[in-house]
Amino acid sequence: MVKRSMLIVALGALVASGVPASAAEAGKPLKAAWIYVGPRGDAGWSYAHDLGRQAVEKKFGDKVKTQFVESVPEGADAERVVRDLVSQGNQIVFATSFGFGDSMEKVARDFPDVKFEHATGYKTLPNLRVYEGRFYEPAYLAGIVAGGMTKSNTLGFVASFPIPEVLRNINAYTLGAQSVNPKIKVKVVWIGAWFDPPKETEAAQALMNQGADVLLQNTDSTAVLQAAEKNGKFAFGWDSDMSAFAKKAHLGSCILNWDVYYNRAIGEALDGSWKTAMIKLGIKDGANDLIKLSPAIPKDVVAKMQAARKHLVENPGAVFRGPIFDQAGKEVLAAGKTGDEKFKGEMGFLVKGVEGSIPK
Amino acid sequence: MSEIAFTIRDTLGSGTILALSGLGLLVNERVGVINLGAEGMMLVGAVAGYAIGLETGNPWLAFAAGAAAAAALAAVFGWLTIWLNANQYATGLAVTLFGTGLSTFVGVSYVGRPHELARNFAVPGLSDLPFVGLAFFQQHPLVYGTILLVPALWFLFWRTRTGLVLRSIGESPDAAHALGYPVRRIRFAAVAGGGVLCGLAGTFMSVQYTGGWTQEMVGGRGWIALALTVFATWRPARLLFGAYLFGGVTVVQLALQPRVQVPGEFMNMLPYVSTIAVLVLISRNPAWIRLNMPASLGKPFFPSQ
Repeated sequence: MVKRSMLIVALGALVASGVPASAAEAGKPLKAAWIYVGPRGDAGWSYAHDLGRQAVEKKFGDKVKTQFVESVPEGADAERVVRDLVSQGNQIVFATSFGFGDSMEKVARDFPDVKFEHATGYKTLPNLRVYEGRFYEPAYLAGIVAGGMTKSNTLGFVASFPIPEVLRNINAYTLGAQSVNPKIKVKVVWIGAWFDPPKETEAAQALMNQGADVLLQNTDSTAVLQAAEKNGKFAFGWDSDMSAFAKKAHLGSCILNWDVYYNRAIGEALDGSWKTAMIKLGIKDGANDLIKLSPAIPKDVVAKMQAARKHLVENPGAVFRGPIFDQAGKEVLAAGKTGDEKFKGEMGFLVKGVEGSIPK
Repeated sequence: MSEIAFTIRDTLGSGTILALSGLGLLVNERVGVINLGAEGMMLVGAVAGYAIGLETGNPWLAFAAGAAAAAALAAVFGWLTIWLNANQYATGLAVTLFGTGLSTFVGVSYVGRPHELARNFAVPGLSDLPFVGLAFFQQHPLVYGTILLVPALWFLFWRTRTGLVLRSIGESPDAAHALGYPVRRIRFAAVAGGGVLCGLAGTFMSVQYTGGWTQEMVGGRGWIALALTVFATWRPARLLFGAYLFGGVTVVQLALQPRVQVPGEFMNMLPYVSTIAVLVLISRNPAWIRLNMPASLGKPFFPSQ
C-alpha cells in the first residue's frame, strides 16, 4: 500500500503539475490533503483522522476537495509526499503523526502560501500550525476505571515510542488508577512501532502473563484488545470506538473526534481567519472522551470516573497535579501545583508505580 | 510458575510461524530451488485465509484457502524459474513485491474486521496436567502439526528412496536427469509444497495468532525463515530449534522489559542477534555447511537432450 499510494500521488503530481499552487480563486474548492502514518483501515489512529476528513467533506460539500495518502513512513519519504501534495495544488496539508514534523517544517519553509498543519507536533512557523488532542485526559479516566476493575493491582501498557505524547498517556493512566487505588503498579512494554499487530499481541500477552489484568495501549490497532478478550482480561479501545472487537474485554474506548478540529481548521482556511498557533483540544471541546463504558464496571467506579471527567471539563488538561514523583522517587511536581503546558510538553519521565524503563 | 508455562506456550505459537515457513523453504532448497518470495507467499496466504475464514466462518477452510493461494503464487514462481529458467533470486524478490502489493489490495476491506476463527485444541488427558498442560497441550492443531512435520521430513529425506531422489536432484540435477527422473516436475512439486507451508504459516498469523488481517502484517518473518534455513544447514530439526529460539527470545524480551532497566530497542534487537549467534555457533564448521548445502542451489537446470 505504501508504494501504491505514493505512486498514485506521484502520477497525480505529474498530471497536476500545470496547476499553480495558489488556486484559491472564487468558486474553486479549497484543496485539502491529509497524510496518515498507517492504513486508514487500522481501526485506530489513522482511521480516526480519516473520519475527521470525511466529516469535513460532509460539512463543507463542494467548497472543499480533499485527498489523502495512507501508510506514509515517518522520515524522508514523508517529505516527498508532502511536496507532491503541494505541487498538486493543495492549499492546506494535515500531517497526522509526530514523526512527520521535520518534513513538514522543510516543505512549509519552501511554500509560504500553503497552510501546513502538524498533529502532535511542537514546531510552528507562520504557515505551520500544530494541533493535538489532550489524549491524556481520556487515558486518565481509563486509569480510574482500570484501578477500580483490577484484581491483581497490576495494569499493563503497550507502548510505541518514548516521546512526550506517549509518556503523558502512560503517566496519566497510572495516575488515574492510583487516584482510586494507591497500590497500583503499571507494567510497560515498548514495541518500537505504531502499528505492528503481531508484536502488539505478543506484548499484550507478555503483560497478561505477568499478572496485568487491565491493559491500555498507545499503538494503533485492535490487537491488544483482542488479546485481552482471548485471555479473559480487560482492555480499552484506543483512538476510535473499538467496542465491536471484544465483547467482554472492552471496558471503554478512548476516542478522538478529529472532526471538531478539522471542521474548525477548514472553516478558518475558507474565511481567511487561519493563523499559526499551538492548539490543544480536550474533553471540554468534544475532541476526545472515554465512551461506550462496559456494563461490567461497578457503579461507584463509574461515579468516580464521572467526577474526574467533570473536573477536567472545568479545568482542561488538569491531569498532572502535584505532588508527582518519578520512578526514582524524585519529586517532579510540587504539592499544590498543576503541570503546565511546558511540563506536559517536555515530559521525559515515568511516574512512580510504573515498572519498565524509557528507551534512551 | 504459571508465567513460565505461559511463556512456553507463547514461544511455541510464535515459533510455529517461522518453523512452518522455514520448513517449506527447506523443502524447496533441498531440491536446489531458492525462493526469496516467502514473505509474499505468507502475506497472500494470510489475506486469502482470513478472507475465506471471515466469509465462511470456517477456520479449516481458511487454512485450505491460505495454502492454496500461496501454492498458486509458488506455482507461478516455479513455472518461471524451472521451465523458463528465470533467475531464481530476481523472481523470488518479484514474488515478494507482488505478494505484498496483491495482499494489500485484496485485503483493504478486511482490515480490522473481528472474527471468531481462533481455535485451540486441548489434548485429552494431558491438557489438565499442571504446568505441562498449560505450556504444551492447549495449542492450535497446527502447532502440533509443525512439530510432527519435522520427523516426517527427516524420514522422507533421509530414510526413503523418494528422499534420496529429492536430495540427488538438489545435488546434481544432471545426474538425476540422466537416470531418468523428471527433474523439473519434481522440483515444481517441491516448490508448490513449500508454497503450501508458507501459506499455512501466513494463515496461522492472521486467523489464529493475531486475530486479524492487516497489511504487511508478516513484518519480515519470511526473511527470518529464509535465514533460518541457511543457519540450520538445511536440517529440519535444527530449523525447528532455531524457530523456537527466535520466538522464545521475542516473547522473553517483552516479558523482561517491565523488570530490567534495559532500553526497549536493545531488547527488540535480541531475537535476531541471539538466533543468528546460536545457529552460527552450532553450524560453525564450514565443511559441514558445504556438505549440507544442496550443490545446485539457485542454479538453473537445462536438461540435455
